[in-house]
Amino acid sequence: MKTKVAIIGAGISGASIARVLSRYENLEVHLIEKAPDVGWGVSKANTALIHGGYDDDPKKYPMRAKLCIRGNRLWHQWVKELEIPHVWNGALIVATKEEDFDELEKLLERGRENGVPEMRIVDKEELFHLEPNLTKEAIGALWVPIVGQIGPIPAVIAIVENAVANGVKTHLETEVTGIKVENGEVKGVETKNGFIEADIVINAAGLYADEIARMAGIDYFEIHPRKGEYFLFDEGIPGPRRVLFPTPTPISKGIVVTTEISGHLMIGPNAQDLPPEEKENLATTREGLEQVWEGAKKLWPQLPPRSKVIRTFAGLRPEPTGGDFIIKAEEEVWGFINVAGIRSPGLTSAPAIAYEVAEIIRHDLGIELVEKRKWNPYRKEITHFFMLSPAQINEVVKRDPAYGKVICRCNRVSEGDVLEAIERMKFIGVKTPSVDSVKFRTKATTGTCQGSFCRPRIIQLLAREYGVGPWEVTLKGKGSEVGIGDVKVLFRGEDA
Amino acid sequence: MNDLPMLNYDVVVIGGGPAGMAAAVRAKELGLKVLLLDDNDYLGGILPQCIHPGFGLHYFKEELTGPEFAARFAKRLVELGVDYRTAARVLEIKNYSDLEKVVVFSSPSGAYQVWTKTIIYAAGARERHAFEIGIVGDRGAGIYTAGEAQTLMDIYGVMLGKEIVIVGSGDVGLIMARRFALEGAKVKAVIELMPYPGGLARNIMILRDFDIPLYLSHKVVEVRGKERVERVKIVKVDENLREIPGTEFWIEADTLIISAGLVPSVKLLTAIGVEIDPTTGGPVVNDLFETSVPGIFAAGNSVIINDLVDYVAEQGELAAEGAKLFIDNEGIPTRRWIKLEKGENVRLLVPHYLSGERDVWIYARVSKPMENVEVRFPEIGKKLRLPVVKPAEMLRMKLRKEEIAKARDGITMEVVPL
Repeated sequence: MKTKVAIIGAGISGASIARVLSRYENLEVHLIEKAPDVGWGVSKANTALIHGGYDDDPKKYPMRAKLCIRGNRLWHQWVKELEIPHVWNGALIVATKEEDFDELEKLLERGRENGVPEMRIVDKEELFHLEPNLTKEAIGALWVPIVGQIGPIPAVIAIVENAVANGVKTHLETEVTGIKVENGEVKGVETKNGFIEADIVINAAGLYADEIARMAGIDYFEIHPRKGEYFLFDEGIPGPRRVLFPTPTPISKGIVVTTEISGHLMIGPNAQDLPPEEKENLATTREGLEQVWEGAKKLWPQLPPRSKVIRTFAGLRPEPTGGDFIIKAEEEVWGFINVAGIRSPGLTSAPAIAYEVAEIIRHDLGIELVEKRKWNPYRKEITHFFMLSPAQINEVVKRDPAYGKVICRCNRVSEGDVLEAIERMKFIGVKTPSVDSVKFRTKATTGTCQGSFCRPRIIQLLAREYGVGPWEVTLKGKGSEVGIGDVKVLFRGEDA
Repeated sequence: MNDLPMLNYDVVVIGGGPAGMAAAVRAKELGLKVLLLDDNDYLGGILPQCIHPGFGLHYFKEELTGPEFAARFAKRLVELGVDYRTAARVLEIKNYSDLEKVVVFSSPSGAYQVWTKTIIYAAGARERHAFEIGIVGDRGAGIYTAGEAQTLMDIYGVMLGKEIVIVGSGDVGLIMARRFALEGAKVKAVIELMPYPGGLARNIMILRDFDIPLYLSHKVVEVRGKERVERVKIVKVDENLREIPGTEFWIEADTLIISAGLVPSVKLLTAIGVEIDPTTGGPVVNDLFETSVPGIFAAGNSVIINDLVDYVAEQGELAAEGAKLFIDNEGIPTRRWIKLEKGENVRLLVPHYLSGERDVWIYARVSKPMENVEVRFPEIGKKLRLPVVKPAEMLRMKLRKEEIAKARDGITMEVVPL
């Protein structure tokens, strides 16, 4: 008989756990998510860094220290197996004052302790060789070559696609309302779409992990959101080759300057603590953005004019009581595993968290895990028109003429890319058509014009493929429909 | 490259809007072998979504809608047998030599390389969006650029919302205000940063006709509403466009339309090093609309943002004449180029260089509105009186070749009060 596992939350942690557990013959894995698509919570908006594992103090935050570096090493393999967009460009933690070197020495020491032997301190001359346009105030840096960047939502999508291909069942737009516990054992998950039976419930609910835990009667921790805001600039603006950090302060890793994987200069985040009830507050603020601008300027003085900003956005990190990741089987409720408070470096740690959970199931819950004879570790990336040479375009056009038709001018996304994205949305169970779902799979609408040319075309394709009116297509799920009806809806006097 | 099907033309026109269609038609009339490429499924550029009248008064001497104006040109194009491809996106332009260019494009039938003697670049413009003008807050549904709203309403038949706030009193914003009002929506405000409205006089009338409040010297700074726009924060600005503290107020609305101006689309040009005028955002051009790369011409809104389609078409035709002259002479023949410079109260100006060998239309915009002015070209002693000038309305005036030839070095254009 199979052990039924319900994972709550299809973010980077939940998805990674689903993938790792999909490897076992004797598990039936259900991935439950309240959003219409995967990766739309904490995973959606962050700095997209695969951290170097040097800055988490193993005495204060043992889980973070252990899982970050292990996660980094695992990502090197996962990005290849799953064809996740990535770059391994390394990081420089920049010193601008003599006393910064004390902190860098500390980080170097801690890095060695955590298992990152490849770091070293570089002097001013080598630093400017590595990064010529850095602030002239810089006097040296800690160089961490293993730092990289990935597309966080593309990563979640890739992992979920692979998990589904290996038998994981997804339940999207399925909000959890309760955890059924009998005689100290979990029995399943109550949702707005009905009851999902489970022997093991894994709480990977991000910002809501405290609320889910309380549903199981566990209330020793609370999650509060910490907001970070970002600027993204137009393409063609010179950015750094490596990820640039200021020397950290006791409170923060500081505002990062980086060229993100699509080649756009990005700066952020600041850190603003919000009360626990503001878990949906993703509004950008002028004060926050101003902090980011000022912070970034200290490392990268030649910021472009504000008119070159193509997007500002905010993300929320789930800050747990105590500050460390909470990853454990709860003793008072058998079968309930918390994966909570996965704040930075959560993206980096995700694959390691997943193996940690598998180990908890085996070791703490005593369930023997039987490997599948045929488990497929691979997933193919969606066709990206912008990566094709003209000769390759002629190959894909033979398969489907839609691949030759560019619909997003700025980022060169073809109609074929979009149709493939829609097919893949349906494959993992996306029920509500949204522009964001297409955006995260294809990069359409994220360029210089921010979608004013291609969004209407994408809306039309989504409407056709999902068999709905174009006004029913959403920007990002229910409540964000692009229109209120056909163009005569108000004229006819019908209130939509 | 060698594995791509190869096509050969005299002129490749990039863009099937009014500038591109006019250029293609004229070039064909002049006996050139022309290929027109456009990435939309239909010809006309943005015209098919401009279902309001006001097009073609100068060109056709009658008032047409956008689709009608486009249809006339498209018909002419087909009658003349111009080769054209829709759903065809240019990926790259290569300046192989001064006399040969390569255009690589992709289409549903595949990618092609086109060898051509000249290129007329008429790719139009894009709209500035909410992030570019510094609006913060939430990013739910209901935020559209005016042109995107127009596409969704007039091509795809979608009603976007009920209570509308429009940022910018330019023509597109005002026309969309009327469009929303005609379909039964409540247009709650048009917010204009400048102390004067940005559109043509005939479009500013829309505000009175539909009883729409206009807030001059105001800006939208924030939008709230998680899934969908719920309210918009507005603040007053002083004469230096600085926000005045304490003047903030909110307007409830479900839709925010951004009509904050257009930016010429020049990415393919900058990729090959065509010189760009930072004030227009388009290429530096001579009096035949040739760019700084010989044999590459440009026309329409990719050169300078026009307010009338007639000027756009006129520039397309001129560029086609330039291409013909270029092909016949292996270059544009001229003894010297006279620089046309911006003087007092001239914000934008094309063309940048004049040969003095032909009459030239000058297209210019002033920085600020003025009444009872004189437009002067002091070096050549030319003067013209105008009752009023506005930044919204393009000045178009002819310099005759004899006048231009009088200049020793440059010619300055200035607009000064009388």
